[in-house]
Amino acid sequence: MPVWEYAPAPESAAIGRIKSRYQMFVGGRFVDGRGGDVPTINPATEEELATVSWASTDDVDDAVRAARAAYDTVWSKMSGLDRGKYLFRIARGIAERARELAVVETMDNGKPIKESRDADVPTAAAHFFYHAGWADKLAHAGFGPHPKSLGVAGQVIPWNFPLLMAAWKIAPALAAGNTVVIKPAESTPLSILVLAEIMADAGLPDGVVNIVTGAGDIGSYLVNHPGVDKVAFTGSTAVGKKIQTALAGTGKKVTLELGGKAANIVFDDAPVDQAVEGIVNGVYFNQGHVCCAGTRLLVQESVADEVIGKLQDRIATLRLGDPMDKNTDIGAINSAQQLSKITELSAVGDEEGAQRWTSPCPVPDKGFFFPPTVFTNVSQSMRIAREEIFGPVLSVLTFRTPDEAVAKANNTPYGLSAGIWTEKGSRILGMAAAMRAGVVWANTFNRFDPTAAFGGYKESGFGREGGRSGLAAYLDTDDETGSDEGTAA
Amino acid sequence: MAPRTTSKPAPAAATRAKAAPAKGTVAGSATSGNDVTPGRATSTASPVPVLKTYKLFIGGKFPRSESGRTYPVRGASGQFLANAAQASRKDARDAVVAARKAFGPWSAATAYNRGQVVYRIAEMLQGRCAEFVELLVAGEGAKPKAAAATVDAAIDRLVHYAGWTDKIAAVFGSSNPVAGPFFSFSTPEPTGVVAAFAPQQDSLLGLVSVIAPIVCSGNTAVVVASQAFPLPAVTLSEVLATSDVPGGVVNILTGDAAEMGTHLAAHADVNALDLTGVDGDLRTALARDAAGTVKRVYVPKQQPDFTRTPGTARLRAFLETKTVWHPTGAVSLAGGSSY
Repeated sequence: MPVWEYAPAPESAAIGRIKSRYQMFVGGRFVDGRGGDVPTINPATEEELATVSWASTDDVDDAVRAARAAYDTVWSKMSGLDRGKYLFRIARGIAERARELAVVETMDNGKPIKESRDADVPTAAAHFFYHAGWADKLAHAGFGPHPKSLGVAGQVIPWNFPLLMAAWKIAPALAAGNTVVIKPAESTPLSILVLAEIMADAGLPDGVVNIVTGAGDIGSYLVNHPGVDKVAFTGSTAVGKKIQTALAGTGKKVTLELGGKAANIVFDDAPVDQAVEGIVNGVYFNQGHVCCAGTRLLVQESVADEVIGKLQDRIATLRLGDPMDKNTDIGAINSAQQLSKITELSAVGDEEGAQRWTSPCPVPDKGFFFPPTVFTNVSQSMRIAREEIFGPVLSVLTFRTPDEAVAKANNTPYGLSAGIWTEKGSRILGMAAAMRAGVVWANTFNRFDPTAAFGGYKESGFGREGGRSGLAAYLDTDDETGSDEGTAA
Repeated sequence: MAPRTTSKPAPAAATRAKAAPAKGTVAGSATSGNDVTPGRATSTASPVPVLKTYKLFIGGKFPRSESGRTYPVRGASGQFLANAAQASRKDARDAVVAARKAFGPWSAATAYNRGQVVYRIAEMLQGRCAEFVELLVAGEGAKPKAAAATVDAAIDRLVHYAGWTDKIAAVFGSSNPVAGPFFSFSTPEPTGVVAAFAPQQDSLLGLVSVIAPIVCSGNTAVVVASQAFPLPAVTLSEVLATSDVPGGVVNILTGDAAEMGTHLAAHADVNALDLTGVDGDLRTALARDAAGTVKRVYVPKQQPDFTRTPGTARLRAFLETKTVWHPTGAVSLAGGSSY
């Protein structure tokens, strides 16, 4: 392999205009929470980035009240066209402050600047732009001629795509005519608070979107709040189950986007170089902090050695380090807690007899970093083949026949995504049909678009985000033709 | 037509006997018209009727409950009608196994084929409508005319859903205009094995209205029938068994919804629950148990009126959306990476 030398090309932190302190956003105002000031750190440096005023349960009450008032007095009465105009404005606002948002996201989350710049931020803007256009066309969405909004949506989002998940949640909720109380993850509150500035500048009526900051207790209080009509959660399957349990019998509409353990299946006729790129993208994108990451590589036995060899060669070229450097491929793990979880589960892989290979890339002394790791000789019963690691760790299994690939791919309680690599068209379509997973990428991986529904089968959750079916999550989808209608909760 | 009373169910059958010869009362007694208690021949001139044993319907077969338990089913005026099998936890688990086994082929069957099968159920039900009228009159105390209308509505319901099978993908699927060189499409797929609790009161129309939307899209069903009025459900099993419905696609259990419900709601091989037929604390408890494996749960907002034309909520409740992506054109030769 030739040696490629890169000069550092860091993005300027000043572009992020990060303030020393951030407040919650409730009722159209930036206000102090009553949960105290808590620092948020830059995971790449372990240094404090800013302090954030956290919410107390009283603040959640205030936020739900503000959302209800906004729903009753303004938002539910506004025409769909006008609701859409606000969403279009927000989309434009995100685009205009894209570079700033990318820096904020990278510094608070640890993801490489090229990803926040090229994926997170533009896709967030795209989600607002797409859903803006739905606001006055809901009658054409296929849920009856007069689909109704639900009311106040309580939303809880994770730390892996802070701004993008905010967009996935807020945009369809508002387009469908609901108002929102949303809680960002405790370790990544900044980008959504910049989004709050954009929404305020866009003139979004007070209380239509309220942002409460805090940890899991605040999220739990929010989703169980009696003033909330709809709950949307993205996060771990364990927490999702708790939410589903707690909300049973309440009549609240719930959608859950939970964990995954996706199979990325490489057949012997696959274009190997492309497949290697796709495998790398599938598992190392965003440090593997991706619910749909292709963390189980299923490779046909006859090409396993070739694929694994090329894969390791390719991974060894990935640059790990300063997320602000535009050349960086793999940034920082989001938190010390997540780093220790990845470290522990990888150690279990060693104990269970899998063979560990670690990229020889240099690892910074400071910050939370975990080098790209590949486990071979993995069997289906191992924890590294069953549990979501949520880090840059790939488990390699092999198969001989397509049937075996299908059986192994589906042998998981999860069902969020899957990948297929083969040059044979009929095999692509056959495999895609056989996957019990909500998203199937064939000869590509980790593609997202607001027009394409995203969401899981089985324990990866229910409900979709994006596309026409994503709107169903925020509409009362009763048909008016009869009373025999309920909620798919 | 002479006035009828619910205590004289047999002549009601006779009114519909042109389409299908009446089999008499619920348990198959002579059609003398004098029977007050169905199943007991009163005329020495008639042969002693053969009574039906009401069993479960699992995997296309009619087993007794493995527990050996039965419970008496009584009619509207308290008369004994039959003993129904009281299904156990083991029966429920057997039904789930059968439903899971049937799911692969049934979900892979062409929509056209599934439509024909569901339509065939309507045909078979039409042929036996007199028998169902009898059951509704004897069991629920329905007026014969109303019972006949109910059976007609159940037939119509099946016809309605027979026509849905090959429309679902077009109505709920999409081609996605993504912002990149990819072909992306989203298509609805069946959720899997659905455990359904049929309405307690509307023992035929409610039952059919619950089953049809589940199976027409390719799901398979484990159905807990009305506990008080299980006989139409068991007789519907016979209709299903003669309608080219593959064994295991619909499994019908009779007995106590609370006893079986807990096991079905917690069963890891059940993908979704339809809680139409349970309410109150049991409904909440089952919805809670369902969270253990993130099951989809359908709960009607209010008591359904099954006489109305159905919307699509029941159909949509047991569908997943799968989105498939593939690169398009020459751009794909550049590779599949964002790096």
